[in-house]
Amino acid sequence: MTANLNLWLIPILPLAGAAINGFFGRKSSRQAVTTVGLFFSGAALAWALLVVARVSSATLPYHEYLAQWIRSGNFSVDFAFYLDQLSLVMLLVVTGVGFLIHIYSVGYMWDDPSYYRFFSYLNLFMFFMLTLVLADNYLVMFIGWEGVGLASYLLIGFWFTKDSAASAGKKAFIVNRIGDFGFLIALFLLIKHFKSLNFDQVFQSVAPMGAETAGAGLLTAVGILLMVGACGKSAQIPLYIWLPDAMEGPTPVSALIHAATMVTAGVYMVSRSHVIFERAPMALTVVAIIGTLTAFFAATIGIAQTDIKKVLAYSTVSQLGYMFMACGVGAFSAGIFHLMTHAFFKGLLFLAAGSVIHAVGGEQDMRKMGGLRSYIPWTFLTMGIATLAISGVPPLAGFWSKDEILWKAYQASWVYWLIGLVTAFITSFYMFRLLYMTFFGNYRGVQADAHGSHGHDTHGHGEPHESPKVMLVPLMILAVLSLLGGLFGIGNRFEHFLAPVFESGAYSQVLGDAASARPMAEDPGGNSMEYVLMGASVAVAFLGWYLAYLLYLKRPELPQKIADSLDGFYEAVVHKYYVDELYAAVFVKPLIDGSTRILWHGVDQNIIDAAVNDAGDGARHVSDEVRHMQSGNLRSYAGWIAAGSAVVIAVMIWMWTGAR
Amino acid sequence: MVPSYVPLSYYLLLSGFLFACGVVGFLIKRNIITIFMSIELMLNGVNLSFVAFAAHWHALAGQVFVFFVMVVAAAEAAVGLAIIIAVYRTRETLNVDQVNLLKL
Amino acid sequence: MGGAVNLLAQRHPINSALSLIAVMAALAGQYLLLGAEFVAAVQVIVYAGAIMVLFVFVIMLLNAGEEEETKGSRVAILLGVPGVLTGSVLVAWVVLRHSGTASVAIGGLPGHPADIAQLLFHDFLLPFEVTSVLILIAIMGAVVLASKPEATARKGD
Repeated sequence: MTANLNLWLIPILPLAGAAINGFFGRKSSRQAVTTVGLFFSGAALAWALLVVARVSSATLPYHEYLAQWIRSGNFSVDFAFYLDQLSLVMLLVVTGVGFLIHIYSVGYMWDDPSYYRFFSYLNLFMFFMLTLVLADNYLVMFIGWEGVGLASYLLIGFWFTKDSAASAGKKAFIVNRIGDFGFLIALFLLIKHFKSLNFDQVFQSVAPMGAETAGAGLLTAVGILLMVGACGKSAQIPLYIWLPDAMEGPTPVSALIHAATMVTAGVYMVSRSHVIFERAPMALTVVAIIGTLTAFFAATIGIAQTDIKKVLAYSTVSQLGYMFMACGVGAFSAGIFHLMTHAFFKGLLFLAAGSVIHAVGGEQDMRKMGGLRSYIPWTFLTMGIATLAISGVPPLAGFWSKDEILWKAYQASWVYWLIGLVTAFITSFYMFRLLYMTFFGNYRGVQADAHGSHGHDTHGHGEPHESPKVMLVPLMILAVLSLLGGLFGIGNRFEHFLAPVFESGAYSQVLGDAASARPMAEDPGGNSMEYVLMGASVAVAFLGWYLAYLLYLKRPELPQKIADSLDGFYEAVVHKYYVDELYAAVFVKPLIDGSTRILWHGVDQNIIDAAVNDAGDGARHVSDEVRHMQSGNLRSYAGWIAAGSAVVIAVMIWMWTGAR
Repeated sequence: MVPSYVPLSYYLLLSGFLFACGVVGFLIKRNIITIFMSIELMLNGVNLSFVAFAAHWHALAGQVFVFFVMVVAAAEAAVGLAIIIAVYRTRETLNVDQVNLLKL
Repeated sequence: MGGAVNLLAQRHPINSALSLIAVMAALAGQYLLLGAEFVAAVQVIVYAGAIMVLFVFVIMLLNAGEEEETKGSRVAILLGVPGVLTGSVLVAWVVLRHSGTASVAIGGLPGHPADIAQLLFHDFLLPFEVTSVLILIAIMGAVVLASKPEATARKGD
């Protein structure tokens, strides 16, 4: 219906960059690699902006068919891209934040010997993520889904010579896979019942179906299975364990993949499938519960972490929980809004953390930092802005999105709201704790220490120094976005923008009643309540700030005392509630033991090897016996001939009489 | 009184009997020359069956073939005996069990 | 039949040779009864007269004695004899079952030499020539094989 937007260029450009850098990067100069890497990701961003400019709401949703893929009976799947408001938002987030992080990485990874490999992987990731976001059907989305998992593995284990990094990469990929299993089964169910994986076709088939309020049905099963996949990819309970370990990767990786984009794929997928979820209230409830619990649970762990990146990792898990909570109560656009603002401030937080780490020569333990704000003022400024944003201090971006979620959650159930509020308090607390421990007080670090714990910083420096401009500029851009990003959502503007996707008449006709049962923000009666809640969340944010100020600036001896008094419980929190140990004992160890004893010894050695060996031995024994036939003795030969001919005669007679 | 007609099967049975004797002799005997003679016995049995069929079907070709068989038997006997003599020279024995150079 | 059995029974090869001659003579008589005069004559002259004489010569030459008892092949006896017996029993059974009323007249097919010659030199000319070549080769082979080793060696230098 419209001109060709050539959407396919957007993912392909980074792929080209990945290929060029991958094959030729090793022998190329740093400048060449940089140029290629930045050019292709920048080109993707430019084209995305071009697409935005050429598009007006009237022409969306837009389909772009590329090539035929599977045709089997009446089931078919094609390589095709799809653009609507939802994917537009994701597109801009991915290309925009992605490009900024590419720029940042130039500075951060400059001294790394595998510089070219980093940019190759980074571009590869962009390709897969864009494929995921622009997909027209579940299968193309799955390509992107798996691909970003692969890219994540490659990038987490970027410094693969380090054992912990290699293991972290493996852990991420394997846990992801577990989630993917759920995703796949959901896809199979879809194929079986709707004969298609195409978004439009599936949703049109699902639309006439009533909501499964009576009990669990097909849609509930699909919904829950999709959520399992999302739990794996977006690090929710119980599959979140890989994300903290993923901090082994370089900080730009943490920023891009594990804050802004890949982990949000789960939220995007759930939002895209809203048609299914809206008709499966049980699945939605599961989503909401998992999201809420994860948000709270992860936040509590974040309080006691001492590694700056780990705090941010748990914070990410927690914020993702918020997004799922939003989806779970049906406020999909609120979830996406938070996804967008989170990309801004969490990306900023990670990049700034990288700047801090770079400044102190590789140290990541906050207990060895402090008082850095005089050394690295720009980093401090931008990180401060991000902290305000994530804590929900108005008028920054985080306030608007988080508040929207809390408001919608309240309308579903005050329990969600309360837990969300407490989590917001904890969030504010640990973020400001991070800020105070890092930038205020006295510098507790070791000076003139040449090697950082991550080996990327090889120049010894006497005291902390500010990062190069190439790293600071992206920080500043993201800071501006964190400041102003909230404007997107004022007055429900964001919700209106996404309305064609989430409240499109084609899909929600049947739900007309159900939708009106859940009052929207336009509901006049609820407006005052909304302001009350808004005030509550702001109060809570400042409360957290004050508490952090108290414990980490004014009376720094307090935290230790509190920790001692809480003793056992505190230990549990520090050790992340021993979840990893639990998984290791319950799942990992039996699996490895079973595999060793049954598969390795039992099958491989005793059955397969034995079969092969025995076949050989058997052949040898048989031939040993048969050997005796060749005795050179004339008479035995004659004997055999006589016997054989008797057999032949018998057979001939038998056949002859039979034929008669 | 000599019967004018002899059932064909008698001739065939006799022929078979001679042949079987030949084979058994081949298997039992240890002296190579005796084994050779058993072969000749087999050939004779076959000859008889040829002639009998020739008479039964009034086909003279059967007798011609007997002629050929005899010729070949003669040639074979000559060569075979020559071989036996040659082997006897090296092995000093006529016992077929001791001529087992073909043993693996 | 008696001759055949005797061939097997005798231990000394010369005795076996003599029984074989007896068998051949008997067969010659059978041929005559079937009217194959030429064949009978050839049987006596060539087979009994030439081939068996050759056998007897060789036996005498090599001074073959009584057969020794040596451990031969078990297979031959265990497998071969039952095999032969089975085969012949089967054949006999078939022959007896399916022979019906086939019979041959005494003196049924007169095999005049003239008729045989007619066949031999017309229809079977090629086999005739081939067999003559065969005999030639056989003679040469026999001579070579049976000559003394020094004789051949001397011929060599």
